[in-house]
Amino acid sequence: MTPKASSIRTLSRYLLRPQASIHPRCQYRAQGERHSSAAAGARLNGTVGYDTTPLLHHTSRTALQNPELPEDIRKGQTKRINLYTAVNEALRHALQSDERVLVFGEDIQFGGVFRCTMNLATDFGTERVFNTPLSEQGLVGFAIGAASEGMRPVAEVQFADYVFPAFDQIVNEAAKYRYRAGNTGVHCGGLVIRMPAGVVGHGALYHSQSPEALFTHTPGLRVVIPRSPTQAKGLLLSAIRTNDPVIFMEPKVLYRAAVEQVPVSPFYLPLDKAEVLKPGNDLTIVSYGTPLYTCSAAIAAAEKDFGCNVELIDLRTIYPWDRETVLQSVKKTGRAIVVHESMMNAGVGAEVAATIQEKAFLRLEAPVKRVTGWATHTGLVYEKFIIPDVTRVYDAIKQTLDY
Amino acid sequence: MSLRTRYHRLCAQALKSSSVRPNAFQPCNKVIPAWQQGRAVASTPNAEKVLFPGALNSEFTNTLEFLRPSTKKAISTYRVVDQYGEVIDKEVGVDTEDGEALELYKNMVCLSIMDLLMFEAQRQGRLSFYMVSAGEEGISIGSASALHPTDVIFCQYRESGVYLQRGFTLDDFMNQLFSNAKDCGLGRNMPVHYGSKELNIHTISSTLATQIPHAAGAAYALKLQNSQNPEVEPRIAVCYFGEGAASEGDFHAALNIAATRQVPAIFICRNNGYAISTPTSDQYRGDGIASRGAGYGIATLRVDGNDIFAVRRATKQARRLVLENGGQPVLIEMMAYRVGHHSTSDDSFAYRQKVEVEDWKRRDNPITRLRKWLEGRNLWDEDKERGLRSRTRKEILAAFDRAEKQKKPAIKNAFGDVWEELTEEQRGHVEELRDILRRYPNEYDVDQYEGGVASLNELLAKKS
Repeated sequence: MTPKASSIRTLSRYLLRPQASIHPRCQYRAQGERHSSAAAGARLNGTVGYDTTPLLHHTSRTALQNPELPEDIRKGQTKRINLYTAVNEALRHALQSDERVLVFGEDIQFGGVFRCTMNLATDFGTERVFNTPLSEQGLVGFAIGAASEGMRPVAEVQFADYVFPAFDQIVNEAAKYRYRAGNTGVHCGGLVIRMPAGVVGHGALYHSQSPEALFTHTPGLRVVIPRSPTQAKGLLLSAIRTNDPVIFMEPKVLYRAAVEQVPVSPFYLPLDKAEVLKPGNDLTIVSYGTPLYTCSAAIAAAEKDFGCNVELIDLRTIYPWDRETVLQSVKKTGRAIVVHESMMNAGVGAEVAATIQEKAFLRLEAPVKRVTGWATHTGLVYEKFIIPDVTRVYDAIKQTLDY
Repeated sequence: MSLRTRYHRLCAQALKSSSVRPNAFQPCNKVIPAWQQGRAVASTPNAEKVLFPGALNSEFTNTLEFLRPSTKKAISTYRVVDQYGEVIDKEVGVDTEDGEALELYKNMVCLSIMDLLMFEAQRQGRLSFYMVSAGEEGISIGSASALHPTDVIFCQYRESGVYLQRGFTLDDFMNQLFSNAKDCGLGRNMPVHYGSKELNIHTISSTLATQIPHAAGAAYALKLQNSQNPEVEPRIAVCYFGEGAASEGDFHAALNIAATRQVPAIFICRNNGYAISTPTSDQYRGDGIASRGAGYGIATLRVDGNDIFAVRRATKQARRLVLENGGQPVLIEMMAYRVGHHSTSDDSFAYRQKVEVEDWKRRDNPITRLRKWLEGRNLWDEDKERGLRSRTRKEILAAFDRAEKQKKPAIKNAFGDVWEELTEEQRGHVEELRDILRRYPNEYDVDQYEGGVASLNELLAKKS
């Protein structure tokens, strides 16, 4: 039976509800729960549960156990927040503690299309938190100039898909500024460029991309991708503090979906260390950002089915990356899989796999497997077939163990 | 009731009604252009003016008439002295002391002689590359002389005069051109890509127009710093670029953001008629670059770039203007003719007549115009000219000699300053390179580099 058609009034009330934005770029909202729309009989796909995943700190106790946190933070309080709130808290602390910090980008002032800059303009003034004209090359160039004169700008590109107009500014200018200035010591190291990245369920071609590999091919940049609210807060604060320009990619599907206990006080996480999320002896999976949740679910299923023990590593900082932690793990397990959303050719996985091959050749018992997006664009209705899911990671574990 | 009061009443009404959100984010010192005042007001049925938010205070018309740039007069070109060195408005004068004018003249001559010698040195294969400023000495030297030394400057590459005027020494120039151990760019950049922290001039990059949004951002930083330290002389940012670079998206992006953020920046366009081989007729169809300023809501002026007095007065006035009301950008288009080739890699007679160039050289250029003025005031003569030229030539050649004898910078500088600290990956690469250099000593000229292979050891010894 076809549902009764809505009256025009209901429809217009629906369209006019306050959260519906009129900005063309934010017609959809990031909603993690919509993401993995699995088939009805699926056993593997659809098992990613953000409420139960061991990747998030569901209790204050586990959140404070993190040995990377300093003593005083580990004795402090935590609060249950999502990823966009964690970003907001990091920005808030940076603005509060350093008057050189500026926050700007398109639609920043009212809180941002993903709410990351909520209330910052009202609290810190529009001199420091402001809208820019709609021009990525302009706002990134502006940020580089401000950084070169001693400010610490945190510029936002509304979607990583729209960073390309600023590619020249990032690659030719931001990345090379210190090098070409020689011993004059001038640099634009206070610069952070934040951008929401990754698939979101229905982002199609221009709201889904993960262009990190394009930046990891550029000396002079740091590329950081957090996986959780705690990571987002600690890594963003470190990114703002470091004297190198940082590309900070926030997995937008996690903005609301990933909720965990996060220390209330500001803290800093290292920009050159990977994190072993789960120890194991039979196989190493290296990933970062959203796919870590997929990997975690796949590992749970595989360990149950095959009786294996898989180690999961979060790279966190994609460039420069922590080779030592990855190699140590692979030398122990002898098998490795790299998982990321962006496509395989010349992706981050290629670099990780080549490094493992070069530095752990004699310990390898199977070829390094890459589970990545296919060599295509993210067509709207095909996302679930293109991006690595639990089934594909599960199968990769199986194949690598059976090799 | 005047229009103005009517709008104020409309604003007040609108703010009272709950349907319109008051503009809470408007900073108090921001200057709002007249046509944008009362932005949260809706149009009333019998209003005479449009109240669309995108163009407030536009009047309705029932005449369909396109705005046609072709029917408008070209923007005038400001000048102080004519091409015979005669002051046009005697009452206003040239606004420059005699002694200062002499110094400016000497610097222009020095720049032009350095250009001739370095162009020749490149032709002899002693330099890898060079770009002359012929015809544009007045723009760079004149404008730089009208700025405060702490003002921050961003250049394109044809502004060596800015460096000279600010105190870049002949040795500084030569060390950079030779990429030797004394080059503060550590031998990393092509010749003519100068930079100086002391002189507040950012290092030049080859990418065109990328420096224009940098200047907007830097000016914004200076604006905030000016307001934080009101007792210090306020600083501004100045950005130079050619008319070809103004076609890049970065020009548009920069002027727009400079206007919306109201930054204290002077954008100086050197319109010399050519972008390599491309004449301005293939570059744009509007009235030069100046006509674009108004579109961004930016105060704009066109100046005769061969008239150093006009350049100076325009720059001085612009500096005052950009600091008004907390800051606002200014665009100046300096007209000139590129007398020299684009660079040493270019033969401009492939796309323009030699006679055209000769004509410009003879008829009008910034150096002869100032010389005529100086001679008119009996401050200069043929003897002084000859003395200056031979003295300058000797000084340049001496600096050239000194620079040519220096070693190249240490090889470690190939790796430093990419990130603040050497990364683990780089450490591995330095070790590999050192190994290669040791095992194949005859394949590389390491001895020409300061410290030889050992400089790599220093780099590795430094714990990150």
